[in-house]
Amino acid sequence: MKRNFWIVLAVGLLALLWTRQAYAQTPVPSDDAVNAVARQLFCPVCENTPLDVCATQACAQWRELIRTKLAQGWTADQIKEYFATQYGARVLSEPPRQGLNWLVYIVPPVLMLVGVYILFRAIQSMRKPVSSESGMNDTDPNGTDVPVSDEYLIKIEEELKKRQ
Amino acid sequence: MNEQSTSLSPEKGSPQPALRRSVPLWIQIIVWAGLLGLLTLVAFGLRRSQQGSLVIGDTLPNFSLSFFDGYQMQGQSQVNLSDFKGKVVVLNFWASWCKPCEQEAAFMESAWRYYKPGGQVVFVGADYVDTEPEARGYLKKFDISYPNGPDLGTKVSQLFRITGVPETYIIDQNGKLAFSEIGPFASEADIHTAIDGLIKK
Repeated sequence: MKRNFWIVLAVGLLALLWTRQAYAQTPVPSDDAVNAVARQLFCPVCENTPLDVCATQACAQWRELIRTKLAQGWTADQIKEYFATQYGARVLSEPPRQGLNWLVYIVPPVLMLVGVYILFRAIQSMRKPVSSESGMNDTDPNGTDVPVSDEYLIKIEEELKKRQ
Repeated sequence: MNEQSTSLSPEKGSPQPALRRSVPLWIQIIVWAGLLGLLTLVAFGLRRSQQGSLVIGDTLPNFSLSFFDGYQMQGQSQVNLSDFKGKVVVLNFWASWCKPCEQEAAFMESAWRYYKPGGQVVFVGADYVDTEPEARGYLKKFDISYPNGPDLGTKVSQLFRITGVPETYIIDQNGKLAFSEIGPFASEADIHTAIDGLIKK
């Protein structure tokens, strides 16, 4: 029994020493690691300034806060969530995908598609009148090309000759 | 002329030029409704951003503020504006990184100590976009004893539409804005002037 106690004590002391050593060796996050997170955030005070390039004292404080959180083992997502809770979602470089924020993700691609469609229609309408007015051919309801009657062409040519 | 135009038109039975296919009505309705909705949202956003500062006499919406550890008011660590009905509320927005805030910090604390025994005036500090260790250092440095808490998510500052720090809002006994100071108070006497008129009412 006594022997077991000494073994447990020795193991406990070794574990404590090892933990302390490991804690002492925890590296301080580098500036690059801090900036990697900071560039995903915006300064809550300045207008449109990413946190990694912001030069104010407040931003320096926030970068230090990121360093502290990283040293504590927080992930980038946890830090971003913390910043959003503390300072509002406006500090996030990418707005969270919820509520009206969805408009930011939906509206631009939709407008792009509408633009492409309008451009497509415009190009189509620029081409169509040339082909239909010249009377060379046309499209039937099934979408197949139909040769324009020779009679009609002859008439047009006659009219043109008359005008000359 | 008339003859010409009739002779140029194709005969009955000959192929007609293809009719322009129009966009289906339901697509048109969706597009216009979407556009209208988007414009409405933009209009609301613009209106909100151009509202400017609060005006004296505005009734303030209720808000709550959680205090930093160690601060309490009426035994509570979180308060609502509605809790202070019948009292004058001095709400000061500040931040540890704000140099002009330091200028008035001592005046604010001194004024609070002056009005505290009377029980008619309440001082509350809202820490605007700050880091907690530095905020605590600031409170300790200026020995600030009135309750202070972080403005989480900038909700309170957005309600007051603040443009920076420091800003101080004095709310009368009926919950209406009675006074605002954009920037630091120049002296403690200025704080007294703003409050005394409300207490005498």
